[in-house]
Amino acid sequence: MRVLYFAWLRERIGAGREEVETSAPTLAALVEELRARSEGHALAFDDLSAVRAAVDQEAAELDAPLRNAREVAFFPPVTGG
Amino acid sequence: MAAPVLHVSVQEADFDVAAECARLTEGRADVGALVTFTGLVRDRGGDVPVSAMELEHYPGMTEKALTEIAEQALARWPLQGAVVIHRYGLLLPADRIVLVATASPHRQAAFESAEFLMDWLKTRAPFWKKETTPDGARWVDARESDDAAAARWGRG
Repeated sequence: MRVLYFAWLRERIGAGREEVETSAPTLAALVEELRARSEGHALAFDDLSAVRAAVDQEAAELDAPLRNAREVAFFPPVTGG
Repeated sequence: MAAPVLHVSVQEADFDVAAECARLTEGRADVGALVTFTGLVRDRGGDVPVSAMELEHYPGMTEKALTEIAEQALARWPLQGAVVIHRYGLLLPADRIVLVATASPHRQAAFESAEFLMDWLKTRAPFWKKETTPDGARWVDARESDDAAAARWGRG
């Protein structure tokens, strides 16, 4: 699965994307696996109230099931416009 | 009524407001109201001077999200067309960031839908702003007032 990071999550993790082997059933479970990858990951996911997510480019809640997702993205609340 | 015009673009380049308006009005005389909103880079963030702004986005999802938001507007109001353009990359104070334009036979639909497009875009389109200030660069925080503004239109 492709995992993308944007804005300060990307900076804390030190990469904008990575390939992840996972059988996590939900986004929340995936976050727990990603947290263990490095200090940067742990820091990026330190406060989940500041993290939003998308599954296959559709906004998703953290308790959303992953099913056969190909692309998951994590990012802060959006600030465009 | 003919199928409404829909133009969505995520681009690094600047845009020409008059040319974008022409997309909605050219070759027709049934448009009675044309509303445009242009967002610009301010030279301050709160009390802090801002010398530049970097806009990051999520290629792929951004275009999809903006198109979905624009289609919602076309479904909710009797519009003859809508244009949504959002820039990314490095921008300077006074640069244009975003354009929303809506065309309708009457003004209420054009005004309301333009506001709706901006409110939804600010809370749903995957863009992130990073400001350069005298103390260094900082990510702009999302505002609760933007969530409240988007919420008054109900769920999509």
